[in-house]
Amino acid sequence: MPDKILETTLEVLKEDAEGILADWIEQADEDGAKRIDLFSEKEERDQAASLLRSFRLGVRDASKDGEFDLQDEHWADLRGILSEITHERVERGVLPGEMAALILALKTPLFERLTEKLESDPERLIEEVLLLSKAIDAFAIYSNEVFIAEREQVIERQRDEMMELSTPVVELWDKVLTLPLIGTLDSLRAQEVMESLLQAIVERQAEVVIVDITGVKTVDTQVAQHLLRTAAAVRLMGARCIISGISPKIAQTMVELGVDVGEVRTRSSLRSALMDALTSVGVAIRPINDDKRNAK
Amino acid sequence: MVFDEADRIATIELEQDRDVVRARSRVADAMKECGSSELMQTRFVTAVSEVVRNALTHAGGGTLAIYAMPNKRQVGIECRDCGKGIEDIDAAMADGFTTRRGSMGRGLGGAKRLSKTFAIDSSPGKGTTVRMIGACSLR
Repeated sequence: MPDKILETTLEVLKEDAEGILADWIEQADEDGAKRIDLFSEKEERDQAASLLRSFRLGVRDASKDGEFDLQDEHWADLRGILSEITHERVERGVLPGEMAALILALKTPLFERLTEKLESDPERLIEEVLLLSKAIDAFAIYSNEVFIAEREQVIERQRDEMMELSTPVVELWDKVLTLPLIGTLDSLRAQEVMESLLQAIVERQAEVVIVDITGVKTVDTQVAQHLLRTAAAVRLMGARCIISGISPKIAQTMVELGVDVGEVRTRSSLRSALMDALTSVGVAIRPINDDKRNAK
Repeated sequence: MVFDEADRIATIELEQDRDVVRARSRVADAMKECGSSELMQTRFVTAVSEVVRNALTHAGGGTLAIYAMPNKRQVGIECRDCGKGIEDIDAAMADGFTTRRGSMGRGLGGAKRLSKTFAIDSSPGKGTTVRMIGACSLR
């Protein structure tokens, strides 16, 4: 039993790095893992070369103990490069399957060379191929995990962006503001809503605020609580709060829940809330007569 | 109330605020598949929202299992947590009961009123399990 399980692999990697690299890229091309539309030949080659280099370094150190574990210290370099390259490829739109195929394509050139070298020692050959195969599979899985992590980051970012988007305070008329709520109102958002609303009341000297919940699907006690608190704060600022967009089903559900809206004014639609608000600031919407319309 | 005969259609781990949203939309989907009216859907989803939120705020999390009942016209849920449990269930069910300042204290009672069948099982130190069934139509 040699003290280095991947000894021959290491030998091969040292002797013919250039050849392996060329064969690898060719194999990847055959497997459809090459994306010349997204990466130039040179970039593709550079990436493969740096992967191969750190792979060799990893094999050199890792093979000492015979066990394979990607989380080991000596694979840190390869892990780093793998995440870097995966990241770059995600950015440019490479599919996760293609990235995995690229890594798996490394098996062919390595196995071919091992077979040649260990022709006389089939037992060793099987041993090395087995371990090497395990290692390369692990890299492919690792790059897939990086892929998923990247995706999740994107989703997280979009969520944050949506949060920001979803609390716009709109001025409908002088002294009349509206805040159309969409989705759900968890504690964090309720806080944001409250802050931006109170700020806007001061800035625009608002007298009436319409909080429209047409886009809120579920009003449970927590959401109701946040709404009522917002209304109370608006009142403390000297403005009036109308909650609009309460659908029949939400109204029935709120009654069953036992939510008491107290003195907060509610309206079934934004339209009736707007009429109400305009009246209280002394403005009315009236149809213009035909003469004026034709004059335009 | 046991769900032995029912099909478990989803399991959701409750760990953070947004899991409440996930729970709600999964239950809404299940109700839609049973041909539920929008009113019944809103009612039961709100009930689920209450118990799921309870598990999150009082026990720091839990697990929600959603079932399609054998007659296919009802959806069941089981919300289980490993929190400190409820000492006096009757008191907790009463409107106005709360352990938190600024909370309405209508969640549990409301959930019971909004669901067709409601069962709660809890004892101090053992966590709390709430099982509910929502009907897809009033009939």
